[in-house]
Amino acid sequence: MKLWRFNGGLPSLAEHKNGSVNLLIEMAPVPSQLIYPLRQHIGNAATPLVEVGEQVLRGQKIADAQGLISAPIHAASSGTVSSIAEHLIPHPSGFSAPSISIKTDGLDNEAAYTPCTDFRQLSVAELLAIIREAGIVGLGGAAFPTAIKLDNQSKSRRIHTLILNGAECEPYISCDDRLLKERADRVIEGVEILLHMLGAERAILAIEDNVPATFNSVQAAIVKKNNPLISAAQVPTIYPTGGEKQLIQTLTGKEVPSGGIPADIGIVSINVGTVHAVQQAVIEGKPLTSRIITVTGEGVTTPRNLEVRIGTPISMLIETCNGYTQLAERLIMGGPMMGFALLNDEIPVVKATNCILVASKHEAITEKQAMPCIRCGLCASACPVSLLPQQLYWFSKSEQLEKAEKINLFDCIECGCCDVVCPSHIPLVQHFRYAKSALKVKNHEKHLSDVARERFEAREARLARDKAERAEKSLKKKAALKNKPAKEEIDAAISRAKAKKLNQSDYES
Amino acid sequence: MHFLTSNAPFIAPQNSIQKMMLWVLLALLPGIITMIWQFGYGVIFNIIICITTAVAAEALMLYLRGRPILPFVSDLSAVVTGILLALALPTLAPWWLPFIGALIAIVIAKHLYGGLGYNPFNPAMVAFAVLMVSFPKSMTVWLLPYSLLPAGSHFSDVVSIVFQQLPNKEVIDAITAATPLDEMKTQLGLNQTVDEIRSASIFAEWAGQGWQSVSIAFLLGGILLLFKKIISWHIPVGLLSGLFAISFLFYLFEPGLTPSPIFHLLGGGAILGAFFIATDPVTAATTTKGRFIFGFLIGVLTYVIRTWGGYPEGIAFAVILINMAVPLIDHYTQPRVYGHK
Repeated sequence: MKLWRFNGGLPSLAEHKNGSVNLLIEMAPVPSQLIYPLRQHIGNAATPLVEVGEQVLRGQKIADAQGLISAPIHAASSGTVSSIAEHLIPHPSGFSAPSISIKTDGLDNEAAYTPCTDFRQLSVAELLAIIREAGIVGLGGAAFPTAIKLDNQSKSRRIHTLILNGAECEPYISCDDRLLKERADRVIEGVEILLHMLGAERAILAIEDNVPATFNSVQAAIVKKNNPLISAAQVPTIYPTGGEKQLIQTLTGKEVPSGGIPADIGIVSINVGTVHAVQQAVIEGKPLTSRIITVTGEGVTTPRNLEVRIGTPISMLIETCNGYTQLAERLIMGGPMMGFALLNDEIPVVKATNCILVASKHEAITEKQAMPCIRCGLCASACPVSLLPQQLYWFSKSEQLEKAEKINLFDCIECGCCDVVCPSHIPLVQHFRYAKSALKVKNHEKHLSDVARERFEAREARLARDKAERAEKSLKKKAALKNKPAKEEIDAAISRAKAKKLNQSDYES
Repeated sequence: MHFLTSNAPFIAPQNSIQKMMLWVLLALLPGIITMIWQFGYGVIFNIIICITTAVAAEALMLYLRGRPILPFVSDLSAVVTGILLALALPTLAPWWLPFIGALIAIVIAKHLYGGLGYNPFNPAMVAFAVLMVSFPKSMTVWLLPYSLLPAGSHFSDVVSIVFQQLPNKEVIDAITAATPLDEMKTQLGLNQTVDEIRSASIFAEWAGQGWQSVSIAFLLGGILLLFKKIISWHIPVGLLSGLFAISFLFYLFEPGLTPSPIFHLLGGGAILGAFFIATDPVTAATTTKGRFIFGFLIGVLTYVIRTWGGYPEGIAFAVILINMAVPLIDHYTQPRVYGHK
């Protein structure tokens, strides 16, 4: 299969993959508490369907989607709703948000599911409803509601290629790799469901070329299904080859238009974990209540790949991995390139959590001593979207945000490649994040002031119009008075007055 | 358990300015050793005086500007500037020439513009140009290459010239010579043909005696830098191909009156300039396309200055002039961003 090469990237990160790739998936035990932030997907927060004190079953819907872009949430074990209140959520700024907490009873009683023997009997609309009801969102990290991605009706053009993203490019993370090694059959069945729904001509499952065993297991599953539309491709292990845009470029040579989505070029790209969730929802009737998470790093005693109930507090996962080591320095959700550091371990894992990295000092740098930019351009050579980070940095730093926007700041995917190669140790991505949010605020303020200005101008126009109308009216009146009949009237009035005056003088005399 | 937070990416940087500068210094070694072998101890004096002055001036300026001294001095950029200047100076330069040069490079060309990362002009080349304009006579006193030195000339002669206890004029005349580029320019001006000029003893099969070996040694170091990805190929290839293209063009038309492209590439500072001077990231263009253009223009301009200008060697002036064009080059060579037409 012909592959294309995106600009830059970091081939050197391949060496950072560690031992967790070889660990079998294990079931994490039922935690004593489950916590569900109501917004753990892109779009509107879900609305609670339960009340405090209510009994819930495993797989029971406890919060429903609100609006089109949203997703329902299901309990991952049986128990009692203990609170619906603010709780710390996984967020880079350490925010709290409304969450449902469940005190589990340890019985793990399950709701009844309706399995399906032949998905081909179901219509696309029915399948979409199942996927939406199952609360499935992108498990690769973006957490975008999957049903919307698969809804062919809303697409501007036909989907010809389905890309399954199994290229886990960030160091340390191995959940997708384990999934493909151990449950390839389910994933391939899920791919068939998606092909059936999208009517695409082909499906390509991408796997990095540093895990040949995974590739073989996927190949075996494809051969078993004997579906000529599905193929597996080995892609070079270059970070960030698993980025959606980079993977599409690698496999098809096409680029997603700036500001657009893959569907604009007839492509849908879905993470393999999400495909597995779709298969479970359609075939087994099971909603999304668990996912595979890699718990790793030198800060944890026994690194593991765990199948975890969504909502489990991180502290419970660490316990399952026999606790922290002396080296634990940073608690990172996601990978070391694009993940974010958490304040504490009471935070629950959510649908988008693929990795908990308890990093030691040498695994996660904590502070960089930045030197001036020497314009070496290594950042531009490493940028997978061909930006000029050094120029962006210059404009961001000097608050010339419009200029930064003009040289495509918003195309930055924040992959961190520039940061890692910078010889001056400048936290470039941090500058870009700042510039982006400052620009968003600025653009929003501009929008508000535009609206205010429009209102003001409309009001001024209305007042002017009223004034003009009034002026016109009085002009008309004056003109009417000047007309003949009016003049006669006036003359008549004058003569009347004169007559009156005469009469008066008559009396006086 | 509570943790401190910080921002992604968490992977440690793979590179540092110091590391890059160390590689540059290492890559200069073959050239430096060859130069010392061919042109004697004067090179060592130049290097020692330049580095000492440059580092001292750097520390002093950092102190005066209230900047942290250690992190900036230890980035080794002043050492590299000093060495590059030293390698461009004549081997029999009086001691105050490298001293003044290094001061100009660090104080005026670097720190008065804002220090590391902010100087628009290559500091070593600014210093070279100022010295060339201000002290033209001292800037042309080169020791004869080792193979042409008369028997009986001594280390002490070099020392006495460098430290201005001038020996008699005969000694100076016996052991010094013009550079091959200088000689070529002068003799061409006297209506000699290239072949006649090149029959003189200071010339060798490709360029000048000694000079060609030094150029090849610098080329080896440059290839090491390319291999270690400290520099990209765009500037050196651009510069050398620019110089080659224009000199080849004129060589085709007037082979007897124009030195060959090889002479231009190996006869002066072209190789050192292409791999070590024009590649100074701070003052070069930043886009890949822009870098090739940047190098190419320097190559062409070098030829123009060498051939029709007032100076035999044009690298320094060409670099400084094209430094000025960098914002323009960068503006028109921005890469197409992913997803944009």
